Amino acid sequence: MSNHLNIIVEFKGGMELLFDNVTKKELSLPVNSGEDGSAPVEWTIKDLINHLKEKHLKERPELFVNDDSIRPGVLILVNDVDWEILGENEYKLADGDKVLFISTLHGG
Amino acid sequence: MSIDYWIEKSLILYRSIIFEIMSDLTKEEISRYSRQLLLPEIGKEGQVKLKSASVLIVGCGGLGCPCAVHLAASGIGKIGLVDHDKVELSNLHRQFLHTESRVGTSKANSIKESLNQLNSDVDYVVYDTKFNKTNAVDIIKEYDVIVDATDNAPTRYLINDASVVSGKPLVSGAALRFEGQLTIYHYNKETPCYRCLFPKPPVPGTVTNCSDGGVLGVIPGIIGSLQALEVIKIITGLEPSYAGKMLLFDGLAGSFRTVTIRGRSKDCAVCGDSPSIGHQLVDYEAFCGTPMCEENKSLKILAPEERLTCSEYKESVVDKDVPHLLIDVRPAVQASVFKLNHAYNIPLSKITNNDGMNNLKEMIEDKKVNKVYFICRRGNASQKACRFTKENLTDIDNIEFKDIIGGMTSWAKEIDTETPIF
Ligand SMILES: [Zn+2]
Repeated sequence: MSNHLNIIVEFKGGMELLFDNVTKKELSLPVNSGEDGSAPVEWTIKDLINHLKEKHLKERPELFVNDDSIRPGVLILVNDVDWEILGENEYKLADGDKVLFISTLHGG
Repeated sequence: MSIDYWIEKSLILYRSIIFEIMSDLTKEEISRYSRQLLLPEIGKEGQVKLKSASVLIVGCGGLGCPCAVHLAASGIGKIGLVDHDKVELSNLHRQFLHTESRVGTSKANSIKESLNQLNSDVDYVVYDTKFNKTNAVDIIKEYDVIVDATDNAPTRYLINDASVVSGKPLVSGAALRFEGQLTIYHYNKETPCYRCLFPKPPVPGTVTNCSDGGVLGVIPGIIGSLQALEVIKIITGLEPSYAGKMLLFDGLAGSFRTVTIRGRSKDCAVCGDSPSIGHQLVDYEAFCGTPMCEENKSLKILAPEERLTCSEYKESVVDKDVPHLLIDVRPAVQASVFKLNHAYNIPLSKITNNDGMNNLKEMIEDKKVNKVYFICRRGNASQKACRFTKENLTDIDNIEFKDIIGGMTSWAKEIDTETPIF
């Protein structure tokens, strides 16, 4: 059993500007195999948001999170589906998930 | 047979004759629209539907132009055009229905002028007025389909709410930099409205518009054209492709991606089961904490004594060779287009982290100055930079930090008219 959860994270609509202009990251998140007796670690979207904020965000955290949740105006899509349909913060990430953070645009 | 019977009978006959005339196409119309009439999905019936339909386009800019041109060309009966702005030179790279000679004139009128040359059979209605909570519903209820081609959050909430309370589908587009987005709100009971998707407004200052972030002209060109396509599909009874879905277009990557968005929220303030917003609408500028038009967007972060006007700066600092540092806090790309010769560019995003603060501190010590002034594009970012520096650069004393009111835009207007405005 793998000790890592492999997912792809994408940033668009200006979110990439907060992550050093990187639009795509392959992440290998540590999980516990449970072999040493401790419970396996699960990753929810909320955990991922915190992880990105702590480890990957390069500037202006207030443009990423707001009151401990994603900033209003940012949509999160897991495998091209709105995270609201999947349970928002509590959705448990699965191996191979593609998570897209996209800021809604207002320009015209 | 009573007389009433015959009156009624002739009325029915009269109406059917009128309908026959109205619903039919003239010889000219048949040849004009022949290439789309030949499509089995459209046919004569579809063309008659287009002719009897009305579409309201809110925003006569980068999205409004391509959308309007396709709708007018396709033979929509009536097109409403809403915009209170005037045409500016910096619009023309993407707002191609305006012309050089119409810079400074009403955008809504300017679009009408161009569209009239293309198709004079369409009934164009110009609303050269601020779209607001008092007139939005009255205007929207006159139309079958609404197009959101605007450029700011409060107006987007306003159009959404007015469309929902009037029961109209809303074809919404947006474009910035190299990216575009498109969806149809409030298409049926299952599809969400803008508020279902974004119940909370964006935090003021977190929204980038085209005049700050830039946009490649062809991006709104593509999204606006797709908005017209969706409008035509809705009117002719074909299924729209982006109801309950959102198109994410990335012009740099060359990708069109369609994602599934949430359904209607029963808790939504306007389209939910017990809505709190009705025909009275609400105050959208207060809701979003930001005004609907750009000219009013001046922040008041600093006190008046912490600020200098352009002429005060010119006369009492520059002309008298007073030693000082001028920090231009605009993004590097803007500073590279044009900046004042003696200014140093440290973008606001750099100022607000440790590197920028250290950089600034070294410069102050190196130049041995005790006056530091911040300038930006319009005088908002410079206030943020000044406030942040005052609060964080506390280990050097007796430095006067101020910002320049109105930024490079005011400099261009008041001091040096050779300065390009962008
Ligand atoms: Zn709603």
